[in-house]
Amino acid sequence: MSPVIKPKGEKFTLPSKYLLFILTILCTGLMILTFTTSALSTPLSYAAGFLVVPFEKGIAKVGSYLNERTEMLQEIQNLIEENEALKQQVVDLTNENISLQQDRFELTNLRQLYQLDAAYADYEKIGARVISKDSGNWYHSFVIDKGTDDGVEENMNVIAGAGLVGRVSSAGKNWAKVTTIISDNVSVSGTVLSTSDNLVITGNLETYAEGMIEFGKLIDEKNQVVEGDKLVTSNISDHYLPGILIGYISSLDTDSNNLTKSGYVTPAVDFSHLEEVLVILEQKQTIEE
Amino acid sequence: MRKKLLTVLFIFIMFFCFLLQCTMFKKLSFGGISPNLLIITTTSVGFMRGEKQGLLAGFISGLFIDIFFGDVIGLYALLYMYIGFLNGKFSRIFYPEDIKLPLALITLSDLSYGVVCYIVLFLLRGRLNFPYFFFHIILPETVYTIVMSIFLYPVLLYFYKRLNADENRSETDFV
Repeated sequence: MSPVIKPKGEKFTLPSKYLLFILTILCTGLMILTFTTSALSTPLSYAAGFLVVPFEKGIAKVGSYLNERTEMLQEIQNLIEENEALKQQVVDLTNENISLQQDRFELTNLRQLYQLDAAYADYEKIGARVISKDSGNWYHSFVIDKGTDDGVEENMNVIAGAGLVGRVSSAGKNWAKVTTIISDNVSVSGTVLSTSDNLVITGNLETYAEGMIEFGKLIDEKNQVVEGDKLVTSNISDHYLPGILIGYISSLDTDSNNLTKSGYVTPAVDFSHLEEVLVILEQKQTIEE
Repeated sequence: MRKKLLTVLFIFIMFFCFLLQCTMFKKLSFGGISPNLLIITTTSVGFMRGEKQGLLAGFISGLFIDIFFGDVIGLYALLYMYIGFLNGKFSRIFYPEDIKLPLALITLSDLSYGVVCYIVLFLLRGRLNFPYFFFHIILPETVYTIVMSIFLYPVLLYFYKRLNADENRSETDFV
């Protein structure tokens, strides 16, 4: 077929140098394409969901089963010791409970003042299991076993327990990738609950080794923000619904410009032991372009 | 025919390694660090089977990572591809009996992979504390990877030896 006449029996092979060159251009092209548009993500995520996710689900199931068994054995030992301590605590707590009940009445009033009732208890949520984590050691993202079939879409918020975990950064048919707020390349706009001052929380691989992430750009002229203050997502955030707990301020410093403050936040969620998460099926309202 | 079978087998092993790396080894991680099995397979295919196979193996394993965990598709594929290609340069001095060269190449590959990752993903965003990242991420990952390669490499070598024996036989049949 080919116009070039080749000696019989000699097969045409592409030298590896050219193949490398072609694939390099292909990769660079793909990088530019995926960086600027999202044209590729649909077919690729479909293929991945078809190929990889069933295996990962299986392994995750076996893994969590083994985990549960070993934890159970360890826990039996702990439980005996704990039981002793707990009995003593029951006595102490009964006394405390009486005084707390009086406080509760006060708290209900205060809560109405804060109008925190409208927080995330009302959002429609869906539970999902973590089936795989980022293969490298650089970022903290993971894959959950719910996808567009279950109503999960890009940019939906993910929480665990009471705190913010992150948001869905891409969704396939039966899987979705979640980028966590502790990832080094992620920033979240937050608010100090007590003073309503806005700040920016940034993931940091370096400080997360000590269980903390950074925050900055906090304007607090009256010095009202103190260590231990609650941080929630702000109402001006692009992707995150307002009022979701992020964490607590663990240290606070004035920047060298004397206008803003920065410091460290202890996240409310234990990211190293995430097994199940909740995806909020409501998205932040954005202005249509 | 056997050669094609081996290629399929290596792709299957790489796929399996990717799955293990994202699931089981995340549970077996020490201090949040898990080994990089795909570097082991890519490097091994490189120095066992030459530049072309190496770069293809790297491309495929990089693509797996890109689709699931990459922010852009193609970055890891490019990185792994070059690692596979450069290791292919060593296929001329590779002997199955020698374990020193493979281990040295895997170490070197994982170290350079870590450094390039740091430069592309962190240094360019202004995270300048290289010693921290080197001693807390790159070096532990390399050590863990070397330990894992002691288990994984013989498996790859076993399949390679079987192929090679068949290849030699068929060549002598011709002559």
